Formats: sequence, C-alpha cells, structure tokens
Amino acid sequence: MSVAFDEKVHKTLADANLQLAIYRATGRLIDHRKHAVAATVLPDYQELRTQANAIKKHTIDHLDHYLEQFEANVTAHGGKVIYCEDATEVADFVLGLAKERGAQLIVKSKSMTTEEIDLNERLEHHKLESVETDLGEYILQLAHQRPYHIVAPALHLTRYDVGDLFARTLGVANETVVEKQTLIARAVLRQKFLAADIGISGANFLVADSGAVVLVENEGNARLTTSAPRIHIAVAGIEKLIPRAQDLAVFLKLLGRSATGQALTVYTSFLSGPRRAGEIDGPEEFYVVLLNNGRTRLLADRAKRESLYCIRCGACLNHCPVYRKIGGHSFPWVYSGPIGAIITPQFLGIEHEPSLPFASSLCGACAEVCPVKIDIPKVLLDLRAEAKQAEGRKGANRMERLAFKIWAWVMCHPRIYEMAAMVAASVAPAGNGKWLRSAPAVMNLPPVRAWLSQRDLPPAPAKSFRQLWRKR
Amino acid sequence: MSREAILNQVRTALGRGAGQGIAQPPPVRLRVDDMDLETRVGSLLHAVEALAGKTRRAATGEEARAYVRAVMHGRTAVASNAPFLRECGIVDLAGVQSGFTDATALRTLCATADVGITCADYALADTGTLVMLASPAEARLISLLPPVHIAVVPKERVLSGLDELFTILPDPAARTSSMVLITGPSRTADIEQILVRGVHGPGEIHVVVVE
Amino acid sequence: MANSELWIVRGGGTTLLQSLFMAQRVSIFVTCIVDQLFPNVGLAMADVLERLGYQVDFPEDQTCCGQPAFNTGYRREACQVARHFLKVFRDSEYVVVPSGSCTSMIAHHFHDLFPEDPEARRAAEALAQRVWEFSKFVLEVARVDDVGARLEDVVTYHDSCHALREFGIKNGPRRLLANVRGLELREMDAAEECCGFGGTFSVKFPEISGGMAGTKIDSIVRTGAKTVISVDSSCLMQIQGALARAALPVRTMHLAEVLASR
Repeated sequence: MSVAFDEKVHKTLADANLQLAIYRATGRLIDHRKHAVAATVLPDYQELRTQANAIKKHTIDHLDHYLEQFEANVTAHGGKVIYCEDATEVADFVLGLAKERGAQLIVKSKSMTTEEIDLNERLEHHKLESVETDLGEYILQLAHQRPYHIVAPALHLTRYDVGDLFARTLGVANETVVEKQTLIARAVLRQKFLAADIGISGANFLVADSGAVVLVENEGNARLTTSAPRIHIAVAGIEKLIPRAQDLAVFLKLLGRSATGQALTVYTSFLSGPRRAGEIDGPEEFYVVLLNNGRTRLLADRAKRESLYCIRCGACLNHCPVYRKIGGHSFPWVYSGPIGAIITPQFLGIEHEPSLPFASSLCGACAEVCPVKIDIPKVLLDLRAEAKQAEGRKGANRMERLAFKIWAWVMCHPRIYEMAAMVAASVAPAGNGKWLRSAPAVMNLPPVRAWLSQRDLPPAPAKSFRQLWRKR
Repeated sequence: MSREAILNQVRTALGRGAGQGIAQPPPVRLRVDDMDLETRVGSLLHAVEALAGKTRRAATGEEARAYVRAVMHGRTAVASNAPFLRECGIVDLAGVQSGFTDATALRTLCATADVGITCADYALADTGTLVMLASPAEARLISLLPPVHIAVVPKERVLSGLDELFTILPDPAARTSSMVLITGPSRTADIEQILVRGVHGPGEIHVVVVE
Repeated sequence: MANSELWIVRGGGTTLLQSLFMAQRVSIFVTCIVDQLFPNVGLAMADVLERLGYQVDFPEDQTCCGQPAFNTGYRREACQVARHFLKVFRDSEYVVVPSGSCTSMIAHHFHDLFPEDPEARRAAEALAQRVWEFSKFVLEVARVDDVGARLEDVVTYHDSCHALREFGIKNGPRRLLANVRGLELREMDAAEECCGFGGTFSVKFPEISGGMAGTKIDSIVRTGAKTVISVDSSCLMQIQGALARAALPVRTMHLAEVLASR
C-alpha cells in the first residue's frame, strides 16, 4: 500500500473537527436522500433505477451512434461540436477561440470534467481570467484547493476559514456570518457574469436526439454562465450521452434525490444551440467539447464498462463508511469516494495509487444507492484481481503471494489444515478467556500487529469446533 | 481534429463498424398521473410554498395585477413580452418596463430592476416547478437577474409533472434554445451546509395562478 | 418424541412430520473462523437445527470458502479452495452457514471462478441453490420464527453487510429475536453501517478499519445494550475486539448462540 495514501488518511483521521464535519455533512445528505426515495414518496424508485441502468447500458454500448446523432443535432441548431482527445486539446481550443474573439474573461460553472483536465490552471497560465461561479468552487479557487466532495465541494471548510479567505483574497472585512459571506461572493461574481466574454459549463447530460446540454444546479450560476456571455462552451465527457429528451423523465427523478434529496434541483437547463432567431437573449455561439481523456479505454473493457454509467450524484460518497472517515482529499484524483476508487485506476493506471481498490470493506452500501446500479464492489474485486496479476508478473509482493499459495494448499488438504490449526492454537494465548492486548513474539506477524494496533485479539479456545464436534 | 480518431476508438472499443445500426433502446418510460386541474393547481401551490416560494390564486387578471403591484411595493420591475401579462394589465403598472427586444438594453435593466415578472409556458404540480422556454415572448434573464421573480400563469398550463411535460413536449429543442425548469428560489448550502437563499438567481419567488 | 419438540415446532407443520418420520439431513459449514476461534457458534447452530428436527451432518473435510483469497485478488487460489469446497459438499441437500459473507462467497462468487470449466461452474450454480445463511434457513426452510429460546438481556443488533445487502437479511433476525423470552432489543442508529472488518481490509488499512469500528461501538454504547448480536462472526470479532480495547462492558453473541439459549 502506498505511503502517500496512508499519510493523507492518517492526517484526516487524526483531525477530530474534520471527522465531525465529514460525518455530519454526509449524514445529512444520507437522510435527505432516504426521505426523497422512500416508498411512500417515490414508489417506483427501484424501477427507475433499473430503467436508468438499461438506458445507460444501451447508450454506452452504442456510443458512436449517439455521438454522431448528438453532433448532427447540435449542428442543426446552430452549434458546433469539438472532439478533444485530452486536456491539451481542450485548452488549445478554448485559448484559440478566446484569442480569435478577443476574449479576456471567462466565467465557469461547476464541472468535474474541467477539474479533471485542470482547465483553469491551463487558462490562467495563458493570462485568461477564468472565474468559478459556484459558491463552493469559487471558495476553493480562491483557496487553491481541490473539491472535497462531488456535490458539496467545500464541506471541509468552516465559516471562519471562509471569512479569513475572503478577507485575504478579496480585501473585504473578515465576515463570519454565512449569509453575508454569500452576499459578498454574489456581488463579486455578478460583475463577472455581466462582463464575461465566454461562459464555460460542464454537462450533467448530453441529449442525442436534441443536440442539447442539460445542467442541474441550485444557485443560478450555471444559468448565468450560459445565458449572459456571448459564447457558451460546454465541456463534457463522451459518456454523458442519453438517447432522448424523454429519458430525462427517468434521470431527473433520480439525480436530485440521490444527490441532495431534492425532487428537482432549483434550476434544470435544457440548452440546444445559440439563441434562435427572435429570441431576445442568450449566447450567440454555442460549442460542445466532447472529451475522451481515456474514456475509450474504459469503454473497451466490457467487464468494467459500467463504470461509465455514473451520473455524478455523489450518493456513493455519502454512504461509503470509508469515505466518511478519510474524506475527499485522501483520494489522489478529482473523483473521490467509491466511484473515484474504481475509475482512477482505470484512467490513470493502478500504479498511480495501488491502495485504492483495496481501501474498501466491500460493504456494498454504494451499490445499494447508485441510481444507475453500477456494481461498484464487483468492479473493485476485478481491479484487485488485476492488481495481483500485475504484481505476479512483476515479481512484487512475493511474501503475500507465497502466503496465499500456502494458505490455499493448506485449505485444500483438510488433515494438513487440522494440523496447522493445532500448531497455531498451541502458540496462541488462551488469555483466560479474555481478549488480548498483545501477542507472543512468535505470532507477531504484520497482520497480527496491524490488528492489534486498533483492537484486541480473540483468545484461542481450548478446542476447535471440529475437536468438540467429535466429542459430542 | 480528433473527431475521426475518437469515433474510431469508440467503435473499436465496442466492436462496432462505422454506420452500423443499433439495437432498440429501452422503451421510453412516461407515466402521466391522472390528476384533474383543480388537484394540479392545489398541488402546485402547495409544492411552491414548501420550497419557501409564495403563491396566490387569482380569480381574474385584475386580481393578479393587484398582487403584483403589492409585491412590487413601489419598486422597479422588468416584465417579459408574454401576451398574458399584457392581458392582465401587468405591463401597465407603474414602475414596470417591458417590450424589450434588444439584448443589451434588457440586460442592463435586469441587472438593476428589483423585480422580474414573467409568464410561464407550463408549471409542474408535483414538484412546484415553472417551465420557461426562451422565445420572443420570454427572455432568459428576466427570471434570473432581479432578486425577486413573479410568474403569472394561466391555470390551464399546470401539468401533473415531468412525465406529462415530456409527453406533450417530447422535443423541446425544436421550439427553443433554452428550456429552464425553475423549482423554488435560488439556494446554496456550500458553507457548513447552512442554507442561504438568493445566491445568484432570485431569492424570492411568487407564483400566481389565474383562472 | 419429547413434548418440547412439539412445542417448538408451532407454525412449522412440515418439520413436525419430518421429526416424526424421517429427520431431514442438513450439512453445516461452520466457516474457518468459527472452527478455530468461536466454536460455540457452530455448536449452538447445530443445537438449534437439531431442536428443529434436523439431523446435522458436519463433513470433516471442510475448511474455508476461499473468500480471503478472493477478496484480496488471488483468484486462482480462491478457485482451488472453491473446488475443494464443491467436492466436500457435493452430496449435501442443504448447507447451512452461520455467516452472510461466506454464504455470499459460495452463492454469488463461486460460479465466476470457473470461466473455463463448465462442469465446475454448473456444480457451483447448483450448490448456490442449496446453501443457506443460518437465520434464513430457520425462517424460510424450517419455517419457524420461535425456537423457544430464552435469554434475559438488553441487546442491540448489527446488520452484517453481506447478509443485509446480498440476501436482504434484516427483518428475519429481528423476528427471531423478538420471540426470545426475556430479551429486549434496542436499535442502534448506525445498525446498517459497516463494522470495518472487510476481511484483509482490517489489517491492510487498520486505521480506517479501527475508525469504522469506533463509530460502530459509539452507536452501540448509545443504546445502553449489554450485548451486540449479528449473524456473522467476523463482524463480531471486529466489534468485540474494539469493545475490549475500549474496555467497555459489552459482549457479543452470534444469533445462533442466542437462539440456543434456554
């Protein structure tokens, strides 16, 4: 397991205030979701999940068809689709367009995809001002930090952190009342919206039969980002496609409820192209950047292809007992929680963070709440098998490999198993029936030490079950 | 450009050929709730209030107009070009400006007006949602920039929910570049999960349903 | 046939007949952890099954279900152990297991271990139909929800993850516990949260595992219960280990042990 991961985990676990903040925030989201999908409130919740999974499966299995249909419809409505292989191509496109149009100020609404490709950093490097407008993301941008959670990006910060941050970066008085902090951000960002040349958004869904981008939000910043500036660029992974506008009747019922417990978020925008003839306002130019960045690799892996069904609701994070302890910043990439654990190794290679697929108790809480029924535990198990195969080929982790080989051999030979068990029982302390704080030297192997670092060991019983059974 | 490269990678990954047909997608799933109009209106108003929106049922256009005047309380407003607002006499209220077709002028007004007044193309009863399609009658920014938004809606436009919306409007893109579903006042809980209203969009919304 | 047997079998007419004429045989797979560390659980389970009128068979060649290897990514080793398991229980009509996670391994994962061996795969699929987690067996095969147990205690119940999510085991054990005379059940708020065991996870990520155990025992303490019950000994080992480390006077019992109490 990796030192970097262990250190981040340790730091988070040792911070009592942070532990409380994470547990409370996720606990609230868990409760909200529970009420929103209760059988009395949404009786066909399970059926909707099944349908959503089927639609995503179909779309992903025929992705080329839907990409082409989407592109044709975007074009028909006066927009343009740009396919980008990676972060550099996206940045090049945005920079090129900005230069051509003499654009200097960009406003951005929340988009994990743009975080994935470090878009802001790349734009800033070329002297373009790109301002995050979602309150949580704006705070993080000022603080130069990564999001902590898909839906609640600043969950790890207190109002005092925010007060200090605003005072330091905006030159305002140190204000710790949350409503007032919000007004400060609102005022600053309003100016940006009205002055911006380009608005960059993500996309929650791309609708193939409409050439439309769907955005869900609560603040109104995505609407402003995509309505005030002359140019709107939506950046989205190719997997965001759904076939028909009518499929939104399924997905919109699941997304808000799974994420925050809302039947619908405050604003849902369905945007297809620049403003039409006769429409009074809206962008004059409309671009959809379709990003690959490795998604075709995941696509090729049939067994794990379902990882691409994700609609980024964050429910798996909220319900994951591991995430609720280690938080979003323990994860090495922008995507955290169970979904992060399965896509990070697939995008970046398992070597990027070998701990990830193993840092789970496989409790299954994530799969239970995933609105599109991704079998996350199954994918984790597949990744673990692949990781061990890779180690075998490289000759890494020999001791563990040998231990399991021996273990398997013993388990296939019952009499050997019985003898080994008797030997182990003879060195293991009986402890007078009390659980043990420590183990004798001969037993003090790494797994035993690891166990004892956190909890007591069970005492060895006088006789094993099979010995007792024979006497019965 | 990477278009061909990416599409080829997708096809290779899926084992599909260019131009290859597709299997049937799962059938569209729309279940329209059988709700009569009265129930729909009641449900809509109840849902809006549950979201801290304010509501009024107006028997006539005049009543609607009086309500709007009361909410405006001497402040300034920008109204959309929806014919229904004209019919209710709302555009004639003191302090209301409307009839804009120029984007720049409209934006300047929206940025300073206290109240934005619109109609709505539809409303969804189960979630308390307003459905607004951008058109010559409805600009985008009126329901977005001013801190107060009043929507005056004739009752026949109230639908049961999303399923009915997508049944009668399966192809929104054919009609407009922007369809927005508005469900309650703008809000955030990004700082310490404390709820604050009116972050970027209006913090106060009013839904008036007219007979 | 003793009167006590007649009394136990209310609501289970089929079982009554069976005890009268021909005792149904069930095999038990006690699991390696019970065999080596918590033998009483196996004995208790056998007791309860016998009292329900079954003839209990313990195939001596049994060892492990292979889950530790499977969960750690060692599929070949898991496959070897699974093959052995299939052999041992080849002729068992019922295999009853005092663990949701082991039952899940057998019923849900064995068949994936033999991608190139259709015969073994078929055997695994057939076995999946015959393997039962203990509480499910009592309720759905024996069709009994009152085994005549008695235990004076204030208890709380931990929903073991595999049992809960793979088999929907939630109300079943609670129904069984409700019929235990003298028992008061108090629900903990974090009943469905993972205890943090997760097999090798508990020793590969001890700090996280320990943190999860901490949340669990805090929740237990808030109920005031003196005993924690679940259907999985691995969960109980994790929970008891954490309780003991915190020097808390709360004990753990497997559901089988509770049901065997008189």
